[in-house]
Amino acid sequence: MSDFQTALELRDAIAAQHCSSTQAVQQMLNRIEQVDPTVGAYLSIFADRAIQDAKRIDQKIAAGQPVGPLAGVPVAVKDNLCTTFGTTTCGSKMLEHFVAPYNAHVIERLQAADAIIIGKTNLDEFAMGSSTENSALRKTVNPWDSSRVAGGSSGGSAAAVAAGLCAASLGSDTGGSIRQPASFCGVTGLKPTYGRVSRYGLITYGSSLDQIGPLTRDTADAALLMNIIAGHDSRDSTSASESIAVKPDYLADLKQPINGLRIAVVPTLNAGAEASVQNAIEEALKVYQSLGAERIEITMPHFDYAIAAYYVIATAEASSNLARFDGVHYGYRSPNAGNYIEVYSKSRDEGFGPEVKRRIMLGTFALSSGYYDAYYVKALKVRNLIRQDFVKAFEKADCLMLPVSPTTAFKIGEKTDDPLQMYLADIYTIAVNLAGLPGLSVPCGFDAKNLPIGLQIITNAFTEDKLLRIGQMYQSVTDWHKRNLPL
Amino acid sequence: MSLNYNIIVGLEIHVQLATRTKMFCGCELEFGQPPNTRVCPVCLGMPGALPVMNKAAVEAAILTGLALNCTISRFTKWDRKSYYYPDLPKNYQISQYDLPLAENGYIEIPLEDGTSKKIRIRRAHLEEDAGKNTHTLGNFSAVDLNRAGTPLLEIVTEPDLNSPSEVRQLAQELQRIVRYLGVSEADMQKGHMRFEPNVNLHITQDGQVFKTPITEVKNLNSFRALERSIACEVNRQLDEFLATGKTLQIGNKSTYGWDDVNQMTVLQREKEEAHDYRYFPDPDLVPVAVSDEWLSRIASRLGELPLAMQQRFVRDYGLSDYDAQVLTAEKSTAVFFDAAVRCGAQPKRICNLLTQTGLKLANEKQTTVDALGISPGRLAALANMVEAGQISATSATVIFETMTQTDEDPAQIAEQKNLLQKNDAGEIEALIEQVIWENQKAVSDAKSNPKKAKKAMGFLMGQVIQKSKGQANPKIVAELLNRKLMA
Repeated sequence: MSDFQTALELRDAIAAQHCSSTQAVQQMLNRIEQVDPTVGAYLSIFADRAIQDAKRIDQKIAAGQPVGPLAGVPVAVKDNLCTTFGTTTCGSKMLEHFVAPYNAHVIERLQAADAIIIGKTNLDEFAMGSSTENSALRKTVNPWDSSRVAGGSSGGSAAAVAAGLCAASLGSDTGGSIRQPASFCGVTGLKPTYGRVSRYGLITYGSSLDQIGPLTRDTADAALLMNIIAGHDSRDSTSASESIAVKPDYLADLKQPINGLRIAVVPTLNAGAEASVQNAIEEALKVYQSLGAERIEITMPHFDYAIAAYYVIATAEASSNLARFDGVHYGYRSPNAGNYIEVYSKSRDEGFGPEVKRRIMLGTFALSSGYYDAYYVKALKVRNLIRQDFVKAFEKADCLMLPVSPTTAFKIGEKTDDPLQMYLADIYTIAVNLAGLPGLSVPCGFDAKNLPIGLQIITNAFTEDKLLRIGQMYQSVTDWHKRNLPL
Repeated sequence: MSLNYNIIVGLEIHVQLATRTKMFCGCELEFGQPPNTRVCPVCLGMPGALPVMNKAAVEAAILTGLALNCTISRFTKWDRKSYYYPDLPKNYQISQYDLPLAENGYIEIPLEDGTSKKIRIRRAHLEEDAGKNTHTLGNFSAVDLNRAGTPLLEIVTEPDLNSPSEVRQLAQELQRIVRYLGVSEADMQKGHMRFEPNVNLHITQDGQVFKTPITEVKNLNSFRALERSIACEVNRQLDEFLATGKTLQIGNKSTYGWDDVNQMTVLQREKEEAHDYRYFPDPDLVPVAVSDEWLSRIASRLGELPLAMQQRFVRDYGLSDYDAQVLTAEKSTAVFFDAAVRCGAQPKRICNLLTQTGLKLANEKQTTVDALGISPGRLAALANMVEAGQISATSATVIFETMTQTDEDPAQIAEQKNLLQKNDAGEIEALIEQVIWENQKAVSDAKSNPKKAKKAMGFLMGQVIQKSKGQANPKIVAELLNRKLMA
């Protein structure tokens, strides 16, 4: 049993009783014990619980009882997804000891699918960041080069898949937080359409942008996980009802290539990436062209304003969403507070890290009387213009292809003193969140330093099935996604 | 020096809607329960929990808006109002800012002189209530969140009220309306209706008009307190103006609390705090579109409003304003009365039976007149028996009471209890003959002694009725006796 089996392979092996779930989970736990002290992907491991769950699944399989589509497969979830077991920390001192009273929708779905949740992964504090360096609790490194970041904010989820510390994982993506770490760690990452996956139980960063999605070894696993986590949930008002978007079987037609695929590219945008990234994207486009795809060059006139709009909208929402962490009801309470105002101010001052405070202040400012129209309202207008850019693009093409990140994984500490540089690196991913569209990151090569590069594919809203098929077309003729770390 | 003044009052009113569940979660609205037992992750503001709009609350709000003659917004949304307070778990309140559900209406209130007056409604919007802080634990305060998330309808009137009694009339009329609509229990003592008057005076002194600083009055938990607080503020503001000459300026609005023990308003906050609530649309909720179909479905539940009913009872049924007011105080009484009248009986008779006996019985049994077990038809039959002289008013009370215990009609009961009056002239004449024969002295007094005629006549009447065992109709006895003596 390889440490790098896909979730589908592992599921089938367990179902066929070629190996037991208990074995698979135990092997994974052993590997975590060996490797994770270096990688730092996990914030918590549920060893006993996972073994118990695995034994239960093995018994069910042995007894010939029906099991779920992810039966016995060890998976990891980002630590901003609420679980009644263990803590849900958001990588923050504020919630370091917080135990959620309920399970997130996606956790319920994973459990219903008989998946084994073996642990919860590290992240930038409250998912704010692009390197996982903003975690207040642990350092995560890139499994390909331990001097480099894993990306973020779902750095732990990406590193865990890349390092063979779980078969698949869930992350969340507000401005690129699934796609960028997937790209940096050489795994497949999907940010679904806004509303496709219920956010119930995802600790909110930017409500109108957040979306939960899978990080996996390939597109088939992403499709498998989408089959499990996607679909309407009445507890999330922004979750798309079946009448708006029927949930397809993402695995059903996955292997069917799309004939006459029209790919939009934005040459001016790609030019902003470093050479190795540009080359890898060009090579990937050639692969598609060799499969019969047509390349269409377009412009996205408002793309450049995406970062500015994003850092107003996301921080405005965050400033309000994070107001509840006040030391009164749960989470960190300062021992130094003398009155209720100090319970607020000191708990928040001591409980939040610098990036979270920076974004709360930015957002508070943007929503303040006298600035609201100039910042928040204007940002919403930009958001609409960006949506229109995509609408026009999809009139001409089936998908848009561009880099995930202008660079490969950067050095730990390289950008921590320059938050603006860190923000600007999100240029390729952010517009997708503003437009609410699905975006897929697939490995498409390595740079000279042997660091993975990711290709980003974007399609129209609620067409993840098509998006995954496009990714699958590429992965069926390339093996970048199969390059594993030397053991 | 000439001085006169106008009282100017506008009201901000919070009406708690009597929905089964809270505004944005499924917790049942149950009061007087142990602290924090009617709560869930959503109303506790737990991380990752999301609000889901309660459609019944929106319908109740629209219904009330229609009853207040408002324009109902066909498109509305939810906004977050940010402020920090321990009873507000998210540190923002979900409310409606620039697109209230209803606006530009009026409420017609009955005045003490029998006329009515229209008070303009500026807006009515829905929001969630906060919890309650209690301060009985010494060094600590405690927070009970059972009430958090209760749907509140905030109604804002224009400053059209010009006397303490008008303010009370509006409050009572609003109470009657929301109870008629069944949207609120509207019990002021229980905080179901909270009134916050904004009061000032326009003083004309030597031909010049001075406006006193506006004060807002809080903690009013009865109609009496509401009315008295206004009267109190009028005197206080007048005194203050005469002593200091202070007039209305931006920022000099102050808040007074009502001290029920000392029956006076007490200064709470000198200056209006410059709050920046940083309103912005709640991204966790979707906007509300009110379709024609939905609106007309809600409008069909409106029914006749209490004041219209009261006026109709005066106009069509010839009742006094007082009677009509008593009958329309509760919808169940009014509807029952109206139904009985429509069964074909004299309105005043039914009114008397209901107000003198029905309401008393209902009160004793802590129920409503329509739940006494008497159908409107039977009540009409009873009224008709009184009207036709078949029974006396006293007997009617006895029959009414009996009807609540048996399923028999009033005629049957009257017969069984021997309460039918004798209307048969022949039978009564025989009794009169007998009485005349037995009381010659009284007869001669009645006929020819002007000093004693009246008393003698009364005596003879009494004798006849006594002989009939109280069943002879006094009207007929008087008529026949008169005729006999004149002969």
